[in-house]
Amino acid sequence: MLNLARWKVIACTAALLFGLVFTLPNVLPKSVMDQMPAWVPSQKLNLGLDLQGGSYLLLEVDTDALKRERLANLLEDVRGTLRTEQIVFTGLGQVNGVVTVRVTDPTQVEAARKALSLLGQPLAGAPGGRDMTLQVLGDQTIELSLVQEALNAEGAKAVEQSIEIIRRRIDALGTREPTIIRQGTNRIVVQAPGESDPERLKKVIGQTAKLTFQMVDDSVSLQDAAAGRIPPGSELLPSEEPSEPVQLVKRRAVVSGEMLTDARLAFDETGQPVVSFRFNGQGARRFGDATADNTGKRFAIVLDGKIISAPRINEPIRGGSGQISGNFTEASANELAVLLRAGALPAPLKVEEQRTVGAELGADAVQAGQFSTFLGASLILTFIVLAYGLFGGFAAAALVVNGLLIVALMSVTQATLTLPGIAGLILTLAVAVDANVLIYERMRDEVRAGRTPIAAADAGYSKAMTTIIDANVTTILAALIMFQFGSGPVRGFAWTLSIGVITSVFTSVLITQVLIAWWFRLVRPKKLPIV
Amino acid sequence: MFWPFIKLLPAKTNLDFVGFARAAAALSIIAVLATAVGLYKPGLNFGIDFKGGTVLELNTGEKPVNLSTVRSTLGQLNLGDVQVQAFGAPNDALIRFQTPEGSDPAQTVDRVKTALNAAIGPVTYSRTEVVGPKVSGELFRNGITALGVAIGLMLLYIWFRFELQFGLGAVVALFHDVILTFGLIVLLRLEFTLTMIAAILTIIGYSMNDTVVVFDRLRENLRKYKKMPLREVIDLSINETLSRTIITGVTAILALSGLAFFGGEALRGFSIAMIFGIIIGTYSSVYVASPIILLWGVKRNDEAEPIATVLKG
Repeated sequence: MLNLARWKVIACTAALLFGLVFTLPNVLPKSVMDQMPAWVPSQKLNLGLDLQGGSYLLLEVDTDALKRERLANLLEDVRGTLRTEQIVFTGLGQVNGVVTVRVTDPTQVEAARKALSLLGQPLAGAPGGRDMTLQVLGDQTIELSLVQEALNAEGAKAVEQSIEIIRRRIDALGTREPTIIRQGTNRIVVQAPGESDPERLKKVIGQTAKLTFQMVDDSVSLQDAAAGRIPPGSELLPSEEPSEPVQLVKRRAVVSGEMLTDARLAFDETGQPVVSFRFNGQGARRFGDATADNTGKRFAIVLDGKIISAPRINEPIRGGSGQISGNFTEASANELAVLLRAGALPAPLKVEEQRTVGAELGADAVQAGQFSTFLGASLILTFIVLAYGLFGGFAAAALVVNGLLIVALMSVTQATLTLPGIAGLILTLAVAVDANVLIYERMRDEVRAGRTPIAAADAGYSKAMTTIIDANVTTILAALIMFQFGSGPVRGFAWTLSIGVITSVFTSVLITQVLIAWWFRLVRPKKLPIV
Repeated sequence: MFWPFIKLLPAKTNLDFVGFARAAAALSIIAVLATAVGLYKPGLNFGIDFKGGTVLELNTGEKPVNLSTVRSTLGQLNLGDVQVQAFGAPNDALIRFQTPEGSDPAQTVDRVKTALNAAIGPVTYSRTEVVGPKVSGELFRNGITALGVAIGLMLLYIWFRFELQFGLGAVVALFHDVILTFGLIVLLRLEFTLTMIAAILTIIGYSMNDTVVVFDRLRENLRKYKKMPLREVIDLSINETLSRTIITGVTAILALSGLAFFGGEALRGFSIAMIFGIIIGTYSSVYVASPIILLWGVKRNDEAEPIATVLKG
């Protein structure tokens, strides 16, 4: 005890300084922090969404929808190809992800196989591979199916694109510091602190925003169409225009959202909010040609399968720009402009999990957590001093340093402090005391075994060490498991617990040792105060 | 002179812990069986983390919430099982419902919020939690796996650090603690959520911590008193570590009681479960883990180094 290694004193002083310096930003008011020079650490505790308020969304990219869409396109391609090749066929359809078609004339089967095999796209990363397989069955039936790797690659690409688009959309909303990360194969986690209106956030993220311009088909009356007489190549779509709840439009899109280069909120002559847009070169040319060919007819502006408006073409629109008018408020027109600028999602997104905490509730939780932590800590400090007297005081001092270190480490690593994390913090303080209890009880044993105070104190530390390590490894193991299997708040808890266990062992062993050694030198006691 | 208090604890206790082991075992077995029955019926009160669904916490500002209006409004939405309850202040309410089969959970929430805004005026939502059926299934599986892996790892660790018998004793004690904590959760109708899993994992950590301290002393005493009957060595070890057990237990409970009383609604169940776990973890180190070692027996003439060399080293 008397020959105290120098490194122990240095380590304790360094830990104390580190704890003080890096805890300060959490205590000092902002005005003081702002005046500090730049090298002074300024990172505060990183509060989880449950403490600062905000939204957590777990989204799943609907890759099945992507597959369905690919199959539907494949089906249409097969129909188109066979027609161009003038091959007669029956029974075109798809079952369980396989498109089948039967060629009527046996002599045309080979021609059909050749033509259809050209439909596949080369598979990226596999030379000679195609994203589609084709099989001719005995009864002149041809089966086409999509290759799983191709679908997976497409799904992965869709997830990447979705993340990019979500980021653009959220940035446009002005949400501060959103975190958008991929989880697993087809999931995306969005964390937006402080977003007060989760429903708006969900709407902005979740809307596919697929925009198309399609010609209105007026070859059949709406009554006939509603009765089921829909011309091939056309479809009935719901409309937001109150005068016409449904509208018959051509399936083929003249232009689509990808060809937009810009979209903004604007106002028309009557002061109504509209969305003004601009096409790229290709879009402008196509739109110009289509409006020139169809002057006097109407086209429909379709968003996610719903007609926003169906204006009449008064004259060819050549400039490549135009307006979408509809039943807009200023906010909804702006929102649509944001969505159009960011682009359409490649596949629909489903919200699988949502957790939103209002900022006020978060602040309440912080307050309750702070109060409980201070209360818990004071109770521990009082109890340990009552129980062990002077040595208890040493343990209490170590505990205070421990608290500082935990807050400092959490601030430096920017680990997220969650509500359960606060509970972890409190429990850590109790476990920290346990190390000291083990040491002191050991000292008492050694004194009873007839050792001198100094020998007993030394033996207390050396013998209790194995037990302390063994006992704390179990807690670390439990925390590791929580980290592996838990999500969000539970991980925060595990992280706090792990940091706490490590700092606890450090402070309760080293700091008390240094203090007790000093006390020995100063007082030269005849007996330990805990016996 | 009563201070420091530690002097009040008798320096050397000689309680016959093993003698009570039989009675304690009976008590434990009854409690475990009762828990098994309780888990079957009425069963755990699953939170939305594990069964999916929605929780809304709403605030109506100045005026109090009219709970019956809320109920009747929600009743018209065909949501199935809806719970509406007062929560904290009179202008707060808590709503829970299951998403009806086949409908989109996120859209259902929008529908509910729109209907409530129309019925009871401007409402702010301080908390919205929606968990889809897919995610809740995964969370549940992950939670149970975590518990299983935790217990398995503890067994391996104790086996590695001590002996297999010690490991088995520790694991039986762990199962005992985990099962009885489930019993408490069922008994108090606490909501079984993700944070509850975290609480149980922490209890596992604490209970092991406690068991390890007793085992450590037991191992040491087994080497020290080679001729003493196992039963007496066990009693001696428990007695020797008794004051530490009491002080650490009291500290942990003191620390958590602040949280249980003032930590707010969200952490109450969590801290109650942890406090219970600490008590039961302490009990099990004494009355479950150690007697099981007595039951199985240990190798006495082991290859461990004699205590004398440890002292010199």
